[in-house]
Amino acid sequence: MSQIETAATVPLGRRIRRFMSDQPLVPLIILLIVLIIILQFLRPGIVNERWIANTIKFAIPLAILAACQTMTMLTGGIDLSVSTVATMAAFITATQAVVHDPATAMLIALIPALVIGLANGIGVGIFRVHPLIMTLGTSLVGVGCLQVYQRTVIATGTNIPGSLAWLATGVTYGVPNALLLFVPLAVLVMFTLRRTGFGRLLYAVGDNEKAARLSGVQYWQVILALYVVSALLAGITGLLYLGLIKAPSLSLAEPLLLPSVAAAVIGGTSIFGGRGGYAGAIVGALILAVLTTLLTVLQMPEGARRILFGLIVLAVSAAYLRIIEDR
Amino acid sequence: MTQFAHRQGWVLGLFVLFALLLAGTWAIQPDYGAGGVGSLVRAALPYAFAVAAQTIVVIGGGIDLSIASMMALTSVTAARLMGGASEEFAILVVPLVLLLGLLLGAINGILIVITRVPDIIVTLAMLFVWQGVALLVLESPGGGAAEWLRALVIGTLSIPGVPEAITQWIPKALILVLVCLGIVWIPLHRSRLGLSIYAIGSSSLAAFRSGVGVARTKITSYAVAGLFAGMGGLVLTLSTGIGAPIPGPYLLASVAAVVLGGVTLGGGKGGLIGPIVAVFILRLVRSDLTLLAVDPNVATIIEGTIMVIVVMLGAFIAMRSRAS
Repeated sequence: MSQIETAATVPLGRRIRRFMSDQPLVPLIILLIVLIIILQFLRPGIVNERWIANTIKFAIPLAILAACQTMTMLTGGIDLSVSTVATMAAFITATQAVVHDPATAMLIALIPALVIGLANGIGVGIFRVHPLIMTLGTSLVGVGCLQVYQRTVIATGTNIPGSLAWLATGVTYGVPNALLLFVPLAVLVMFTLRRTGFGRLLYAVGDNEKAARLSGVQYWQVILALYVVSALLAGITGLLYLGLIKAPSLSLAEPLLLPSVAAAVIGGTSIFGGRGGYAGAIVGALILAVLTTLLTVLQMPEGARRILFGLIVLAVSAAYLRIIEDR
Repeated sequence: MTQFAHRQGWVLGLFVLFALLLAGTWAIQPDYGAGGVGSLVRAALPYAFAVAAQTIVVIGGGIDLSIASMMALTSVTAARLMGGASEEFAILVVPLVLLLGLLLGAINGILIVITRVPDIIVTLAMLFVWQGVALLVLESPGGGAAEWLRALVIGTLSIPGVPEAITQWIPKALILVLVCLGIVWIPLHRSRLGLSIYAIGSSSLAAFRSGVGVARTKITSYAVAGLFAGMGGLVLTLSTGIGAPIPGPYLLASVAAVVLGGVTLGGGKGGLIGPIVAVFILRLVRSDLTLLAVDPNVATIIEGTIMVIVVMLGAFIAMRSRAS
């Protein structure tokens, strides 16, 4: 009885803040809706079924890469090799599809992803290299390998498998086909993080590595598995992005790298580990996608657009931090 | 002496590695001489400033992803101001650009302190911001640089009374980098402020409890990094003669050289000499590979692999020494 009374006497503003800190997704979704309303206000009629499908199509590759960042950030790491892995997978698929059938080409394309993931995992998990350095280094090696590879296939030309183009750009009954891939993937990631032992281990390792180790967690096994999964997800993103952009180049997925980190951070995952989740990162990716259209619609020079992008990412992360810290 | 060797072991090792690499270079190319050294130093010049900037931030327990963007911004500002202006006007441009660098860095630091967002996120966001400002200042590569300033970077030093045979081995760029870094670093390193930077990098809580102004020190470390980035930007403009708004590959290189130079990510340890030597090592590896007529793309792979292996080895040694 007394509890109900105290709840009623707490001022409204405080209650809203407490609600938001309990449900961190709510303020993010509100921000997303506000951005869409601003967009509709600036360019009436732009928000229609086609625009929504288009935004979702472009947000999905970013959201999958944000999954890589979210998972690695939960352990206190970061994976800066995702863009290189994605580009490698895309480029190798496009060139191998000329000689092999698409499925074989895609399988071949995922091999470098596996190798880079293993290398990252071994470096971070066993040799205890700082993840930032390790993934930057493997990404550098990956770019070099890709450039050498490009020389060998310069004459073969490229072929983008129709299935990938269908998956990435196709729309069925107004619903982007890419959701066929993304929804199961997102559910799987969220299920893994929330309900499985592996997910719990990620949080445990990120929250307090020493405690996790003392309670019998094999640190290197967790980290190795994590970075391999991250690289494979990045490889799949590369395949999808190839179907979306349809122009394989050596810097295809490079522009996605920093936004993927930003999406995970906006989504409320702490870069120091132990706190966060994937649902926020998905909304974060959507926010960034809408923001990009918004800045394009405003017809500002490229420079001003980048400035606004940076400032908004900073402002959102700062505001979000305040909301969560309230807890 | 043993204590000195123990403390400076990593840096000494780097010097030995550098000497070995130089010897290797002569083995590959017997006529690699003063010209080669000159071009090596010139190539390493902007990297050296980028690494100096990164070093001071990392020692203070942070990381600055926006260094390359700050260099691009200061570089285009310098090029824009000097382009078409008189030679004398450049005297004003230099302090202005350095001040700009200091200001950019201070803004990074202030934002980190007041938003309480992790350093890496703030500087990631500021990377976009500074890049955007650089594009607004100069949309495409252009501008100019004063000739007398360019002469500071290009060519070799001539000291009256010293024979040409010796002076040709001292590129002006080397003197420039040593003087510029020394003027800022040595007084800083010996001051209370420098000690505070190490303190907050080691443990900001302990530093706070011992009466160090953590926020102020953090802002200072970023501001000094900005100053170094400003020098780097200026040097970029001077050595190319124009300013380009697209950031160069300095971010990755700076982080790599900092780690290679024995500064631990996380802060509190290391000095400036190690990272600077590491920069020269990385550049020398590159030019060795070019001399060996290795395909530049393969060279990138080798460079990356070396970096990864060295860093792994370093981490492994650090782990073993902690365990024992």
